[in-house]
Amino acid sequence: MSTTTTTTELVETKKSGGLTAVAANYIDERTSISTAVKELGRKIFPDHWSFLLGEVALYSFVIILLSGSFLTFFFSASMTPVLYDGSYVPLKGVEMSAAMSSSLDISFDIRGGLLMRQVHHWAALLFVAAIGLHMLRIYFTGAFRKPRELNWVIGFILFILAMAEGFTGYSLPDDLLSGNGLRIIDGMVKGIPLIGTWISFLLFGGEFPGEAIIGRLYSLHILLLPAIIVALIAMHLLFVVVHKHTQYPGAGRTNQNVVGYPVLPVYAAKAGGFFFIVFGVVMLMASLFTINPIWNYGPYDPSPVSAGTQPDWYIGFADGALRLIPPGLEFVWLDRTYSFNILIPLVSLGLFILVVLIYPFIEAWVTGDKREHHILDRPRNAPTRTAIGAAGVTFYAALWATASSDIIATHFRVTIEGVILTMQFLTLVGPFIAFFIAKRVCLALQKKDREIVLHGYESGRIVRLPGGEYIEVHQPIDEYERWKLVSYSDYKPLMIRPNAQGKITAGQKLRAGMSRWFFEDRIEPVTSTELEQSHGDHH
Amino acid sequence: MTTIKKPKSPGGRKAGRRHPLSSVALIAIGLLFTGGAYAAFSTSTASAETSATSQQTIGEGKKLFAANCATCHGLAAQGTGSGPSLIGVGAASVDFQVGTGRMPLQMNGPQAEKKAVQFTDEQIAALAAYVSSLAPGPGLPEAKLLDEKGDAANGAELFRINCAMCHNVAGAGGALTEGKYAPSLDGVTSKHIYEAMVTGPQSMPVFNDMNITPESKRDIITYLKYLENNPSPGGYALGSLGPVSEGLFLWIFGLGAIVALTVWITAKSN
Repeated sequence: MSTTTTTTELVETKKSGGLTAVAANYIDERTSISTAVKELGRKIFPDHWSFLLGEVALYSFVIILLSGSFLTFFFSASMTPVLYDGSYVPLKGVEMSAAMSSSLDISFDIRGGLLMRQVHHWAALLFVAAIGLHMLRIYFTGAFRKPRELNWVIGFILFILAMAEGFTGYSLPDDLLSGNGLRIIDGMVKGIPLIGTWISFLLFGGEFPGEAIIGRLYSLHILLLPAIIVALIAMHLLFVVVHKHTQYPGAGRTNQNVVGYPVLPVYAAKAGGFFFIVFGVVMLMASLFTINPIWNYGPYDPSPVSAGTQPDWYIGFADGALRLIPPGLEFVWLDRTYSFNILIPLVSLGLFILVVLIYPFIEAWVTGDKREHHILDRPRNAPTRTAIGAAGVTFYAALWATASSDIIATHFRVTIEGVILTMQFLTLVGPFIAFFIAKRVCLALQKKDREIVLHGYESGRIVRLPGGEYIEVHQPIDEYERWKLVSYSDYKPLMIRPNAQGKITAGQKLRAGMSRWFFEDRIEPVTSTELEQSHGDHH
Repeated sequence: MTTIKKPKSPGGRKAGRRHPLSSVALIAIGLLFTGGAYAAFSTSTASAETSATSQQTIGEGKKLFAANCATCHGLAAQGTGSGPSLIGVGAASVDFQVGTGRMPLQMNGPQAEKKAVQFTDEQIAALAAYVSSLAPGPGLPEAKLLDEKGDAANGAELFRINCAMCHNVAGAGGALTEGKYAPSLDGVTSKHIYEAMVTGPQSMPVFNDMNITPESKRDIITYLKYLENNPSPGGYALGSLGPVSEGLFLWIFGLGAIVALTVWITAKSN
């Protein structure tokens, strides 16, 4: 090789590297960003599909922000009546609010507007669904345990805020469907004793529907709620970085380490690519499938209600709760009406939400466990928690399904009364059945794990011994697999102990009772002694 | 046929009859007359059912009625314990019930359902003629009310106010009590929609001409046909059932696809 070529190569590499280096240096000297990049870039993330669900939620939120910004350019949040003069024929000349008219213009007269509306709406549905699934993963793997309790609370508040965002957005077009949704909210607010009517008038600026509500919801929808959500997402992610990511149990994984890939370069590239995958899925849905055809619903008018009027899926559980309440629960007392058909759902849903919100603290109190946990539980190894989760999911699912009672009735050809009765039963009794089944299944799976650890897999190979005895050969499990099956924390019911004054308080008794309920039925992990012994038994 | 002029000479007559074009002419004349008669017949049924329905049609209808309907409705359509009286229900009611296959009833259930039509158009017309001969009632709609060229915007508004609570804003149908339901209006002919409004079959209320004028009914039909003939601007409509089908689609296909992709993206390469 001649010297000239080497120098040119050198010069070239220096040139390209030089610019990056200069730019990087320029930025670093002014921002000290290299510390952050070093720290973040070396952050290890374990690889598992269920760890990406939160990412899906984040990405759908980004899509919502982008498409939503587009929509704000053309949406007019005003309830001033106008005559529609756009290109959708069956609404021409109909009087409607400017909000509805501008939503229709977005759908029919602005290039790409309908696509953006549908992207926005599908992404919103995906956003809440991804949060829900993410939350289920966190719950069933026990990822909310110390030190992540607060992040669970933040995440759950994000879920509630996402629903609020969804509902305010659903109401903005001022079409028949959204107006009916608002009317139900108005009814629920008015159902609160003493202050309900006042709150309703305050909210709507007078008698429902008034002329103020769309503008107010718009402020909440595009300003206040997104700002809080962005702030909470930032906190949520910061906590993920501070706490390190949890990981599933496995050989080589301990509470002190994280086994996975560093953020840079592979993980960041994968995650960045994944954003476009999620965007692509949303785009496909939005371009091929209609969502919220406001042109069918027409402008809001308090008199008509369409068959099949439902909220978007994430509000369904509340709608279902209203549908489940039997009639005749309104009482007049002291000249005031007390609508228990509203109050019972309001209070029970409020309690349900509260229990989910503070569940990590309840469990920590019951177990008395103050250790940090970075290794996830396999759901079977926490039978009572898994069973409580199954009960909660059943309760929620029953309420949720009830929101579609009329659609179930027509499509499965059953009576709507029968559907409601079945769902009432499932809502009240279903959680107990689910609890029992889930707990027994968990215990059975734990027993199976124990069996496998001690005696290995049944290989199906029958061998005749010289003495004439037939035995089935059990394949011993390899050590890596065995680690997964034996390394879980086992809890025993707490003993009641008297406090410093020598008294046993009611709180102590409750805690001991709860602890007994949690851990009475349990399968202990296989100990090494047991393992030693079992080796002597066979082969 | 006597009005057609023929050549006078006997020889010419014979030659005319044997003329190569004579069969063509005969067929043309025949077609002209049957077509004309058919047109006259159909317009007259549309305007008023009494003028064109001859006694003979009524007689035929009576026979059909006795054979197929009288078991439940009684031999004189007076009604029995198992079927209502049909006196005064009019031709529109018969045409709707029999023309959509709801009658004759196949089995007892929450409501009579649409099924394969059991009679030919002539038989249905005969039945309608017979039933309307018993007492005056709502007649078949005029053709100009079914031309689907009314004001769709007015129709849409009327539909939302009067029909959507049972049939859904997009006419996709909805649930009623005790297993009854408002059927989907997709694919229902204009005539049957009109007749249903006038006669109020089963759980449906009657929308008489004082309530919704014939022109407004025409508008409603125009709107429904607009929905039927124009695909949803947003893409596949998922049954036009509203947020339930959207949510179901999102959870199964949207989130399903996303989860499949997360599994794919985190899969270890072989």
